[in-house]
Amino acid sequence: MKYALLIYGDENSAAVSPAPDTPEFATMIGGYMAFGEQAGSKILAGEALHDTDVSTTVTVVDGAAVTTDGPFAETKEQLGGFYILECEDLDEAIAWAAKIPTAATGRVEVRPVQSYE
Amino acid sequence: MSGSNPSEPARADAVSAEVSKVVGEQWSRVMANLVSALGDLGAAEDAAQDAIETALETWTRDGIPDNPGAWITTVARRKAIDRIRRDKKRTEKSETLANLDLRSADAIHGDVLKDETIVRDDQLRLIYGCCHPALAVEAQIALTLRAVAGLTTPEIASAFLLPEATLAQRLVRAKKKIRSAGVPFKIPDDAELLSRTQAVHKIIYLLFSEGYSASDGDDLIRVELCDEAIRLGRLVADLLTDDAESFGLVSLMLLTQARRPARTTSDGALVLLAEQDRTLWDHDLIAEGTDVLDRALRRANPGPFQIQAAINALHGEAVTADQTDWEQIELLYRRWVALAGTPVVALNHLVAVSMVDGPQEAFDRLDAGELPTALATYGPYWALRADLLTKLGKAKEATAAFHLAAQHAGSAPEREFLQNKANN
Repeated sequence: MKYALLIYGDENSAAVSPAPDTPEFATMIGGYMAFGEQAGSKILAGEALHDTDVSTTVTVVDGAAVTTDGPFAETKEQLGGFYILECEDLDEAIAWAAKIPTAATGRVEVRPVQSYE
Repeated sequence: MSGSNPSEPARADAVSAEVSKVVGEQWSRVMANLVSALGDLGAAEDAAQDAIETALETWTRDGIPDNPGAWITTVARRKAIDRIRRDKKRTEKSETLANLDLRSADAIHGDVLKDETIVRDDQLRLIYGCCHPALAVEAQIALTLRAVAGLTTPEIASAFLLPEATLAQRLVRAKKKIRSAGVPFKIPDDAELLSRTQAVHKIIYLLFSEGYSASDGDDLIRVELCDEAIRLGRLVADLLTDDAESFGLVSLMLLTQARRPARTTSDGALVLLAEQDRTLWDHDLIAEGTDVLDRALRRANPGPFQIQAAINALHGEAVTADQTDWEQIELLYRRWVALAGTPVVALNHLVAVSMVDGPQEAFDRLDAGELPTALATYGPYWALRADLLTKLGKAKEATAAFHLAAQHAGSAPEREFLQNKANN
Protein backbone atom coordinates (compact mmCIF):
# COMPACT_ATOMS: atom_id res chain seq x y z
CA MET A 1 0.00 0.00 0.00
CA LYS A 2 1.03 3.60 -0.59
CA TYR A 3 1.07 6.02 2.31
CA ALA A 4 1.58 9.78 2.44
CA LEU A 5 3.60 10.82 5.46
CA LEU A 6 2.70 14.47 6.02
CA ILE A 7 5.20 16.29 8.18
CA TYR A 8 3.76 19.06 10.35
CA GLY A 9 5.43 21.44 12.76
CA ASP A 10 5.52 25.03 13.92
CA GLU A 11 7.59 26.65 11.16
CA ASN A 12 8.38 29.59 13.46
CA SER A 13 9.99 27.38 16.05
CA ALA A 14 13.76 27.03 15.91
CA ALA A 15 13.46 23.41 17.04
CA VAL A 16 11.30 22.48 14.03
CA SER A 17 13.03 24.58 11.39
CA PRO A 18 16.49 25.62 12.56
CA ALA A 19 18.25 28.36 10.63
CA PRO A 20 20.77 27.23 7.97
CA ASP A 21 24.41 27.25 9.09
CA THR A 22 23.50 26.20 12.63
CA PRO A 23 24.58 22.85 14.10
CA GLU A 24 20.89 22.01 14.66
CA PHE A 25 20.27 22.47 10.94
CA ALA A 26 23.18 20.17 10.09
CA THR A 27 21.84 17.53 12.51
CA MET A 28 18.38 17.72 10.96
CA ILE A 29 19.69 17.45 7.39
CA GLY A 30 21.90 14.55 8.46
CA GLY A 31 18.84 12.87 9.98
CA TYR A 32 16.84 13.26 6.77
CA MET A 33 19.72 11.91 4.67
CA ALA A 34 19.98 8.88 6.94
CA PHE A 35 16.21 8.38 6.67
CA GLY A 36 16.45 8.53 2.87
CA GLU A 37 19.22 5.95 2.80
CA GLN A 38 17.41 3.62 5.17
CA ALA A 39 14.02 3.80 3.47
CA GLY A 40 15.70 3.61 0.03
CA SER A 41 13.41 2.41 -2.72
CA LYS A 42 10.38 2.47 -0.45
CA ILE A 43 10.35 6.23 -1.01
CA LEU A 44 8.25 6.90 -4.10
CA ALA A 45 8.39 10.68 -3.62
CA GLY A 46 9.36 13.19 -1.00
CA GLU A 47 9.84 16.95 -0.84
CA ALA A 48 10.47 19.67 1.69
CA LEU A 49 8.24 22.71 1.33
CA HIS A 50 8.98 26.42 1.74
CA ASP A 51 7.34 28.12 4.71
CA THR A 52 3.73 29.23 4.37
CA ASP A 53 4.74 32.91 4.19
CA VAL A 54 5.41 32.35 0.47
CA SER A 55 2.35 30.22 -0.23
CA THR A 56 -0.58 31.34 -2.36
CA THR A 57 -4.10 29.97 -2.07
CA VAL A 58 -6.27 29.65 -5.17
CA THR A 59 -9.98 29.08 -5.47
CA VAL A 60 -12.23 29.35 -8.53
CA VAL A 61 -15.25 31.61 -8.18
CA ASP A 62 -17.69 31.80 -11.10
CA GLY A 63 -15.09 30.28 -13.39
CA ALA A 64 -12.36 32.74 -12.46
CA ALA A 65 -9.30 32.03 -10.32
CA VAL A 66 -9.20 34.07 -7.15
CA THR A 67 -5.85 34.11 -5.38
CA THR A 68 -5.02 35.11 -1.84
CA ASP A 69 -1.66 35.57 -0.19
CA GLY A 70 -0.83 32.97 2.44
CA PRO A 71 -1.91 29.46 3.41
CA PHE A 72 -5.39 27.97 3.18
CA ALA A 73 -5.79 28.10 6.94
CA GLU A 74 -3.84 29.84 9.68
CA THR A 75 -2.78 27.07 12.01
CA LYS A 76 -0.20 26.70 14.72
CA GLU A 77 1.48 23.84 12.90
CA GLN A 78 1.98 23.82 9.14
CA LEU A 79 2.67 21.20 6.51
CA GLY A 80 6.42 21.42 5.99
CA GLY A 81 7.08 18.44 3.75
CA PHE A 82 5.99 14.95 2.80
CA TYR A 83 6.99 11.50 1.69
CA ILE A 84 5.06 8.96 -0.32
CA LEU A 85 6.15 5.51 0.85
CA GLU A 86 5.34 2.00 -0.30
CA CYS A 87 4.62 -0.09 2.83
CA GLU A 88 3.27 -3.52 3.68
CA ASP A 89 0.66 -2.16 6.10
CA LEU A 90 -0.11 0.65 8.53
CA ASP A 91 2.32 -0.73 11.13
CA GLU A 92 5.21 -0.35 8.71
CA ALA A 93 4.08 3.17 7.74
CA ILE A 94 3.88 4.12 11.44
CA ALA A 95 7.37 2.72 12.05
CA TRP A 96 8.78 4.85 9.20
CA ALA A 97 6.86 7.93 10.37
CA ALA A 98 8.49 7.57 13.78
CA LYS A 99 11.92 7.64 12.13
CA ILE A 100 11.38 11.01 10.43
CA PRO A 101 13.72 13.44 12.26
CA THR A 102 11.12 16.18 12.87
CA ALA A 103 8.61 13.67 14.26
CA ALA A 104 10.30 14.48 17.58
CA THR A 105 9.63 18.23 17.33
CA GLY A 106 6.40 18.19 15.32
CA ARG A 107 3.97 15.52 14.10
CA VAL A 108 3.65 13.20 11.16
CA GLU A 109 0.22 12.40 9.78
CA VAL A 110 -0.01 9.03 8.04
CA ARG A 111 -2.60 9.05 5.25
CA PRO A 112 -3.22 6.09 2.96
CA VAL A 113 -3.09 7.00 -0.72
CA GLN A 114 -6.21 6.15 -2.74
CA SER A 115 -5.78 3.42 -5.27
CA TYR A 116 -7.81 3.48 -8.52
CA GLU A 117 -6.29 0.40 -10.13
CA MET B 1 -39.92 -31.80 1.09
CA SER B 2 -43.31 -31.05 2.57
CA GLY B 3 -43.83 -27.76 4.28
CA SER B 4 -47.04 -29.14 5.79
CA ASN B 5 -45.20 -31.63 8.00
CA PRO B 6 -46.33 -30.68 11.52
CA SER B 7 -42.94 -31.44 13.08
CA GLU B 8 -41.22 -29.08 10.65
CA PRO B 9 -41.52 -25.82 12.61
CA ALA B 10 -40.39 -27.51 15.83
CA ARG B 11 -37.39 -28.95 14.06
CA ALA B 12 -36.57 -25.60 12.52
CA ASP B 13 -36.62 -24.07 16.00
CA ALA B 14 -34.30 -26.78 17.32
CA VAL B 15 -31.88 -26.24 14.44
CA SER B 16 -32.05 -22.51 14.85
CA ALA B 17 -31.22 -22.90 18.55
CA GLU B 18 -28.34 -25.24 17.71
CA VAL B 19 -27.01 -22.83 15.09
CA SER B 20 -27.10 -19.99 17.60
CA LYS B 21 -25.25 -22.14 20.09
CA VAL B 22 -22.58 -23.17 17.57
CA VAL B 23 -22.26 -19.60 16.39
CA GLY B 24 -21.76 -18.47 19.97
CA GLU B 25 -19.12 -21.10 20.64
CA GLN B 26 -17.32 -21.01 17.32
CA TRP B 27 -17.69 -17.41 16.17
CA SER B 28 -14.36 -16.23 17.50
CA ARG B 29 -12.48 -19.17 15.93
CA VAL B 30 -14.32 -18.92 12.62
CA MET B 31 -13.79 -15.16 12.40
CA ALA B 32 -10.13 -15.40 13.41
CA ASN B 33 -9.56 -18.06 10.78
CA LEU B 34 -11.33 -16.02 8.08
CA VAL B 35 -9.64 -12.72 8.94
CA SER B 36 -6.29 -14.47 8.84
CA ALA B 37 -6.96 -15.69 5.32
CA LEU B 38 -8.72 -12.59 4.03
CA GLY B 39 -6.95 -9.82 5.94
CA ASP B 40 -10.27 -7.96 5.92
CA LEU B 41 -12.68 -7.79 8.81
CA GLY B 42 -15.74 -6.72 6.84
CA ALA B 43 -15.27 -9.46 4.24
CA ALA B 44 -14.78 -12.05 6.98
CA GLU B 45 -17.94 -10.97 8.73
CA ASP B 46 -19.96 -11.05 5.49
CA ALA B 47 -18.69 -14.54 4.68
CA ALA B 48 -19.41 -15.81 8.21
CA GLN B 49 -22.90 -14.34 8.04
CA ASP B 50 -23.53 -16.00 4.64
CA ALA B 51 -22.32 -19.31 6.03
CA ILE B 52 -24.60 -19.09 9.06
CA GLU B 53 -27.61 -18.54 6.80
CA THR B 54 -26.59 -21.52 4.68
CA ALA B 55 -26.11 -23.60 7.83
CA LEU B 56 -29.60 -22.79 9.00
CA GLU B 57 -31.05 -23.91 5.65
CA THR B 58 -28.93 -27.02 5.16
CA TRP B 59 -29.02 -28.29 8.72
CA THR B 60 -32.80 -27.97 8.89
CA ARG B 61 -32.95 -30.26 5.86
CA ASP B 62 -30.04 -32.69 6.46
CA GLY B 63 -29.38 -32.54 10.17
CA ILE B 64 -26.45 -31.03 12.08
CA PRO B 65 -23.00 -32.24 10.95
CA ASP B 66 -20.44 -33.86 13.29
CA ASN B 67 -18.09 -30.89 13.38
CA PRO B 68 -20.32 -27.83 12.99
CA GLY B 69 -17.49 -25.33 13.55
CA ALA B 70 -15.38 -26.75 10.70
CA TRP B 71 -18.51 -26.95 8.56
CA ILE B 72 -19.27 -23.24 9.02
CA THR B 73 -15.63 -22.29 8.42
CA THR B 74 -15.46 -24.30 5.20
CA VAL B 75 -18.70 -22.87 3.86
CA ALA B 76 -17.66 -19.36 4.89
CA ARG B 77 -14.43 -19.78 2.94
CA ARG B 78 -16.34 -20.87 -0.16
CA LYS B 79 -18.64 -17.88 0.28
CA ALA B 80 -15.61 -15.62 0.59
CA ILE B 81 -14.13 -17.09 -2.59
CA ASP B 82 -17.42 -16.44 -4.41
CA ARG B 83 -17.49 -12.86 -3.22
CA ILE B 84 -13.86 -12.23 -4.16
CA ARG B 85 -14.42 -13.68 -7.64
CA ARG B 86 -17.29 -11.24 -8.02
CA ASP B 87 -15.77 -8.00 -6.65
CA LYS B 88 -12.02 -7.87 -6.28
CA LYS B 89 -9.46 -6.66 -8.73
CA ARG B 90 -7.42 -9.33 -10.42
CA THR B 91 -3.96 -8.78 -8.91
CA GLU B 92 -5.02 -9.15 -5.29
CA LYS B 93 -7.48 -11.84 -6.20
CA SER B 94 -5.17 -14.69 -7.11
CA GLU B 95 -3.09 -14.44 -3.93
CA THR B 96 -6.04 -14.27 -1.55
CA LEU B 97 -7.82 -17.05 -3.42
CA ALA B 98 -4.79 -19.32 -3.26
CA ASN B 99 -4.54 -18.62 0.46
CA LEU B 100 -8.22 -19.38 0.96
CA ASP B 101 -8.15 -22.57 -1.10
CA LEU B 102 -5.19 -23.86 0.82
CA ARG B 103 -6.71 -23.08 4.16
CA SER B 104 -10.15 -24.28 3.21
CA ALA B 105 -8.66 -27.68 2.38
CA ASP B 106 -7.34 -27.73 5.95
CA ALA B 107 -10.69 -26.66 7.29
CA ILE B 108 -12.52 -29.44 5.45
CA HIS B 109 -10.39 -31.97 7.25
CA GLY B 110 -10.96 -30.08 10.46
CA ASP B 111 -7.23 -29.60 10.97
CA VAL B 112 -7.30 -25.84 11.24
CA LEU B 113 -9.81 -25.82 14.03
CA LYS B 114 -8.07 -28.61 15.87
CA ASP B 115 -4.54 -27.24 15.97
CA GLU B 116 -4.78 -25.11 19.11
CA THR B 117 -1.65 -23.04 18.37
CA ILE B 118 -3.02 -21.96 15.00
CA VAL B 119 -6.40 -21.26 16.54
CA ARG B 120 -4.80 -19.22 19.32
CA ASP B 121 -2.55 -17.22 16.99
CA ASP B 122 -5.42 -16.52 14.59
CA GLN B 123 -7.47 -15.18 17.48
CA LEU B 124 -4.58 -13.11 18.77
CA ARG B 125 -4.07 -11.59 15.32
CA LEU B 126 -7.72 -10.63 15.40
CA ILE B 127 -7.42 -9.12 18.90
CA TYR B 128 -4.29 -7.08 18.10
CA GLY B 129 -5.96 -5.82 14.93
CA CYS B 130 -9.17 -4.82 16.73
CA CYS B 131 -7.17 -3.13 19.52
CA HIS B 132 -4.88 -1.25 17.13
CA PRO B 133 -3.94 2.16 18.55
CA ALA B 134 -4.75 3.78 15.18
CA LEU B 135 -8.42 3.20 16.11
CA ALA B 136 -10.27 5.22 18.75
CA VAL B 137 -10.68 3.40 22.06
CA GLU B 138 -14.50 3.28 21.67
CA ALA B 139 -14.03 1.70 18.25
CA GLN B 140 -11.54 -0.81 19.64
CA ILE B 141 -14.06 -1.90 22.28
CA ALA B 142 -16.92 -2.19 19.80
CA LEU B 143 -14.81 -4.11 17.28
CA THR B 144 -13.45 -6.50 19.88
CA LEU B 145 -16.95 -7.29 21.10
CA ARG B 146 -18.34 -7.75 17.60
CA ALA B 147 -15.50 -9.54 15.81
CA VAL B 148 -13.80 -11.38 18.66
CA ALA B 149 -16.59 -12.02 21.14
CA GLY B 150 -19.34 -12.36 18.52
CA LEU B 151 -21.82 -10.12 20.34
CA THR B 152 -24.46 -8.64 18.06
CA THR B 153 -24.74 -4.90 17.52
CA PRO B 154 -27.94 -4.65 19.65
CA GLU B 155 -26.23 -6.60 22.45
CA ILE B 156 -23.21 -4.30 22.48
CA ALA B 157 -25.47 -1.25 22.33
CA SER B 158 -27.41 -2.54 25.31
CA ALA B 159 -24.26 -3.30 27.32
CA PHE B 160 -22.98 0.25 26.82
CA LEU B 161 -26.40 1.93 26.96
CA LEU B 162 -25.89 3.44 23.52
CA PRO B 163 -28.40 3.84 20.70
CA GLU B 164 -28.01 0.96 18.24
CA ALA B 165 -27.53 3.38 15.34
CA THR B 166 -24.58 5.06 17.10
CA LEU B 167 -22.90 1.75 17.67
CA ALA B 168 -23.56 0.49 14.14
CA GLN B 169 -22.08 3.68 12.72
CA ARG B 170 -19.04 3.34 14.98
CA LEU B 171 -18.44 -0.18 13.68
CA VAL B 172 -18.88 0.83 10.04
CA ARG B 173 -16.41 3.70 10.45
CA ALA B 174 -13.84 1.50 12.20
CA LYS B 175 -14.05 -1.20 9.53
CA LYS B 176 -13.67 1.42 6.84
CA LYS B 177 -10.52 2.73 8.49
CA ILE B 178 -9.10 -0.78 8.87
CA ARG B 179 -9.65 -1.41 5.18
CA SER B 180 -8.50 1.94 3.73
CA ALA B 181 -5.60 2.58 6.10
CA GLY B 182 -4.27 -0.96 5.97
CA VAL B 183 -4.55 -1.74 9.71
CA PRO B 184 -2.90 -5.15 9.90
CA PHE B 185 -4.24 -8.25 11.66
CA LYS B 186 -0.99 -9.60 12.99
CA ILE B 187 0.83 -10.19 16.23
CA PRO B 188 3.12 -7.14 16.57
CA ASP B 189 6.90 -7.41 16.20
CA ASP B 190 8.90 -7.92 19.39
CA ALA B 191 9.83 -4.23 19.52
CA GLU B 192 6.16 -3.22 19.63
CA LEU B 193 4.70 -6.25 21.37
CA LEU B 194 4.81 -5.00 24.95
CA SER B 195 3.36 -1.55 24.29
CA ARG B 196 0.69 -2.99 21.98
CA THR B 197 -0.16 -5.57 24.61
CA GLN B 198 -0.73 -2.81 27.15
CA ALA B 199 -3.36 -1.38 24.79
CA VAL B 200 -4.96 -4.83 24.53
CA HIS B 201 -4.89 -5.21 28.35
CA LYS B 202 -6.66 -1.89 28.66
CA ILE B 203 -9.47 -2.95 26.33
CA ILE B 204 -9.82 -6.35 27.99
CA TYR B 205 -10.05 -4.75 31.43
CA LEU B 206 -12.55 -2.17 30.17
CA LEU B 207 -14.73 -5.01 28.85
CA PHE B 208 -14.45 -6.77 32.18
CA SER B 209 -15.23 -3.66 34.25
CA GLU B 210 -18.19 -2.81 32.05
CA GLY B 211 -19.51 -6.35 32.55
CA TYR B 212 -18.85 -6.28 36.27
CA SER B 213 -20.16 -2.82 37.14
CA ALA B 214 -23.72 -2.87 38.37
CA SER B 215 -25.12 -0.52 35.77
CA ASP B 216 -28.45 -0.87 34.10
CA GLY B 217 -27.74 -3.06 31.05
CA ASP B 218 -28.86 -6.63 30.39
CA ASP B 219 -27.42 -8.94 33.09
CA LEU B 220 -26.80 -11.94 30.84
CA ILE B 221 -24.78 -9.89 28.39
CA ARG B 222 -22.82 -8.41 31.26
CA VAL B 223 -21.82 -11.85 32.52
CA GLU B 224 -20.87 -12.75 28.96
CA LEU B 225 -18.65 -9.65 28.79
CA CYS B 226 -16.76 -10.76 31.92
CA ASP B 227 -16.36 -14.33 30.69
CA GLU B 228 -15.13 -13.15 27.32
CA ALA B 229 -12.67 -10.69 28.91
CA ILE B 230 -11.24 -13.51 31.01
CA ARG B 231 -10.96 -15.77 27.97
CA LEU B 232 -9.12 -13.05 26.00
CA GLY B 233 -6.87 -12.32 28.96
CA ARG B 234 -5.89 -15.98 29.08
CA LEU B 235 -5.15 -16.03 25.34
CA VAL B 236 -2.80 -13.06 25.69
CA ALA B 237 -1.10 -14.53 28.77
CA ASP B 238 -0.64 -17.75 26.83
CA LEU B 239 1.26 -15.80 24.15
CA LEU B 240 3.31 -13.61 26.48
CA THR B 241 4.37 -16.20 29.04
CA ASP B 242 7.16 -13.92 30.31
CA ASP B 243 4.93 -10.91 30.87
CA ALA B 244 3.98 -10.71 34.54
CA GLU B 245 1.24 -8.13 33.97
CA SER B 246 -0.57 -10.39 31.50
CA PHE B 247 -0.97 -12.94 34.32
CA GLY B 248 -1.71 -10.14 36.79
CA LEU B 249 -4.67 -9.08 34.65
CA VAL B 250 -6.09 -12.61 34.42
CA SER B 251 -5.66 -13.05 38.17
CA LEU B 252 -7.35 -9.73 38.92
CA MET B 253 -10.35 -10.62 36.75
CA LEU B 254 -10.71 -14.10 38.29
CA LEU B 255 -10.50 -12.79 41.86
CA THR B 256 -13.02 -10.04 41.13
CA GLN B 257 -15.38 -12.37 39.28
CA ALA B 258 -15.30 -14.70 42.30
CA ARG B 259 -17.24 -12.13 44.33
CA ARG B 260 -19.93 -11.54 41.71
CA PRO B 261 -22.55 -13.85 43.35
CA ALA B 262 -22.37 -11.83 46.59
CA ARG B 263 -22.13 -8.29 45.30
CA THR B 264 -25.86 -7.70 44.72
CA THR B 265 -29.02 -8.95 46.39
CA SER B 266 -31.57 -10.94 44.36
CA ASP B 267 -33.41 -7.71 43.54
CA GLY B 268 -30.24 -6.04 42.27
CA ALA B 269 -29.35 -3.85 45.26
CA LEU B 270 -25.65 -3.32 45.96
CA VAL B 271 -23.94 -5.10 48.86
CA LEU B 272 -20.70 -3.59 50.21
CA LEU B 273 -17.62 -5.80 50.40
CA ALA B 274 -17.64 -5.77 54.21
CA GLU B 275 -21.27 -6.90 54.30
CA GLN B 276 -21.12 -9.57 51.60
CA ASP B 277 -22.01 -13.17 52.42
CA ARG B 278 -18.57 -14.70 51.87
CA THR B 279 -19.93 -18.22 51.58
CA LEU B 280 -21.43 -17.09 48.26
CA TRP B 281 -18.00 -16.28 46.84
CA ASP B 282 -16.68 -18.69 44.23
CA HIS B 283 -13.79 -20.21 46.16
CA ASP B 284 -12.54 -22.24 43.20
CA LEU B 285 -12.11 -19.02 41.26
CA ILE B 286 -10.31 -17.44 44.23
CA ALA B 287 -7.92 -20.40 44.38
CA GLU B 288 -7.30 -20.22 40.64
CA GLY B 289 -6.84 -16.44 40.70
CA THR B 290 -4.36 -16.77 43.55
CA ASP B 291 -2.47 -19.45 41.63
CA VAL B 292 -2.22 -17.26 38.54
CA LEU B 293 -1.06 -14.38 40.73
CA ASP B 294 1.73 -16.56 42.14
CA ARG B 295 2.85 -17.30 38.59
CA ALA B 296 2.90 -13.56 37.86
CA LEU B 297 4.80 -12.64 41.02
CA ARG B 298 7.47 -15.25 40.31
CA ARG B 299 8.46 -13.13 37.29
CA ALA B 300 9.51 -10.42 39.76
CA ASN B 301 8.24 -7.56 37.62
CA PRO B 302 5.37 -5.93 39.51
CA GLY B 303 2.79 -3.69 37.86
CA PRO B 304 -0.63 -2.18 38.56
CA PHE B 305 -2.62 -5.30 37.57
CA GLN B 306 -0.58 -7.55 39.85
CA ILE B 307 -0.91 -5.13 42.76
CA GLN B 308 -4.67 -4.93 42.28
CA ALA B 309 -4.83 -8.70 42.04
CA ALA B 310 -2.81 -9.02 45.26
CA ILE B 311 -5.21 -6.65 47.04
CA ASN B 312 -8.15 -8.72 45.82
CA ALA B 313 -6.41 -11.93 46.84
CA LEU B 314 -6.07 -10.58 50.40
CA HIS B 315 -9.79 -9.78 50.47
CA GLY B 316 -10.50 -13.24 49.08
CA GLU B 317 -8.44 -14.88 51.82
CA ALA B 318 -10.30 -13.22 54.67
CA VAL B 319 -12.99 -15.57 56.00
CA THR B 320 -14.76 -12.64 57.65
CA ALA B 321 -14.43 -8.92 56.94
CA ASP B 322 -12.78 -8.44 60.35
CA GLN B 323 -9.96 -10.78 59.39
CA THR B 324 -8.95 -8.67 56.38
CA ASP B 325 -5.22 -7.94 56.39
CA TRP B 326 -5.58 -4.19 55.97
CA GLU B 327 -1.94 -3.51 56.78
CA GLN B 328 -0.79 -5.54 53.77
CA ILE B 329 -3.50 -3.94 51.66
CA GLU B 330 -2.41 -0.46 52.75
CA LEU B 331 1.19 -1.26 51.77
CA LEU B 332 0.07 -2.54 48.37
CA TYR B 333 -1.94 0.62 47.74
CA ARG B 334 1.10 2.66 48.67
CA ARG B 335 3.11 0.83 45.99
CA TRP B 336 0.33 1.26 43.49
CA VAL B 337 0.16 5.01 44.18
CA ALA B 338 3.94 5.23 43.66
CA LEU B 339 3.75 3.22 40.43
CA ALA B 340 0.70 4.67 38.72
CA GLY B 341 -0.74 7.25 41.06
CA THR B 342 -4.02 8.57 39.71
CA PRO B 343 -6.33 10.48 42.09
CA VAL B 344 -8.72 7.49 42.05
CA VAL B 345 -5.96 5.17 43.24
CA ALA B 346 -4.98 7.68 45.93
CA LEU B 347 -8.63 7.75 47.06
CA ASN B 348 -8.78 3.96 47.37
CA HIS B 349 -5.53 4.07 49.30
CA LEU B 350 -7.25 6.29 51.87
CA VAL B 351 -9.91 3.62 52.42
CA ALA B 352 -7.08 1.31 53.53
CA VAL B 353 -5.53 4.11 55.59
CA SER B 354 -8.81 4.56 57.48
CA MET B 355 -8.81 0.85 58.33
CA VAL B 356 -5.20 0.92 59.58
CA ASP B 357 -4.73 4.40 61.07
CA GLY B 358 -8.33 5.33 61.78
CA PRO B 359 -10.94 7.62 60.17
CA GLN B 360 -9.40 10.90 61.45
CA GLU B 361 -6.05 10.27 59.73
CA ALA B 362 -7.80 9.26 56.49
CA PHE B 363 -10.11 12.28 56.65
CA ASP B 364 -7.22 14.70 57.18
CA ARG B 365 -5.42 13.27 54.17
CA LEU B 366 -8.61 13.29 52.11
CA ASP B 367 -9.04 16.98 52.86
CA ALA B 368 -5.44 17.92 52.12
CA GLY B 369 -3.69 18.12 48.75
CA GLU B 370 -5.35 18.10 45.37
CA LEU B 371 -7.81 15.25 45.81
CA PRO B 372 -10.90 17.39 46.53
CA THR B 373 -10.49 19.39 43.30
CA ALA B 374 -9.56 16.44 41.10
CA LEU B 375 -12.45 14.29 42.33
CA ALA B 376 -15.22 16.85 42.90
CA THR B 377 -17.60 15.08 40.51
CA TYR B 378 -16.49 11.54 41.35
CA GLY B 379 -19.19 9.73 43.36
CA PRO B 380 -16.85 7.44 45.36
CA TYR B 381 -14.94 10.50 46.66
CA TRP B 382 -18.13 11.79 48.31
CA ALA B 383 -19.08 8.31 49.45
CA LEU B 384 -15.76 7.87 51.28
CA ARG B 385 -16.03 11.36 52.74
CA ALA B 386 -19.54 10.61 53.96
CA ASP B 387 -18.44 7.31 55.44
CA LEU B 388 -15.51 8.89 57.31
CA LEU B 389 -17.72 11.74 58.58
CA THR B 390 -20.23 9.18 59.89
CA LYS B 391 -17.47 7.35 61.74
CA LEU B 392 -16.27 10.66 63.19
CA GLY B 393 -19.79 11.35 64.47
CA LYS B 394 -20.52 14.28 62.16
CA ALA B 395 -23.96 13.12 60.99
CA LYS B 396 -25.12 16.35 59.42
CA GLU B 397 -22.05 16.81 57.23
CA ALA B 398 -22.16 13.10 56.39
CA THR B 399 -25.73 13.39 55.08
CA ALA B 400 -24.74 16.25 52.78
CA ALA B 401 -21.82 14.20 51.46
CA PHE B 402 -24.06 11.16 50.85
CA HIS B 403 -26.39 13.35 48.80
CA LEU B 404 -23.47 14.49 46.65
CA ALA B 405 -22.26 10.91 46.32
CA ALA B 406 -25.70 9.84 45.08
CA GLN B 407 -25.80 12.75 42.68
CA HIS B 408 -22.51 11.63 41.08
CA ALA B 409 -23.17 7.87 41.25
CA GLY B 410 -22.21 5.78 38.21
CA SER B 411 -25.23 3.49 38.11
CA ALA B 412 -28.82 3.23 39.29
CA PRO B 413 -28.18 0.61 42.02
CA GLU B 414 -25.32 2.72 43.36
CA ARG B 415 -27.46 5.84 43.38
CA GLU B 416 -30.24 4.04 45.23
CA PHE B 417 -27.79 2.67 47.78
CA LEU B 418 -26.31 6.10 48.51
CA GLN B 419 -29.69 7.81 48.55
CA ASN B 420 -30.81 5.35 51.24
CA LYS B 421 -27.69 6.14 53.27
CA ALA B 422 -28.38 9.86 52.98
CA ASN B 423 -31.95 9.41 54.21
CA ASN B 424 -31.02 7.33 57.26
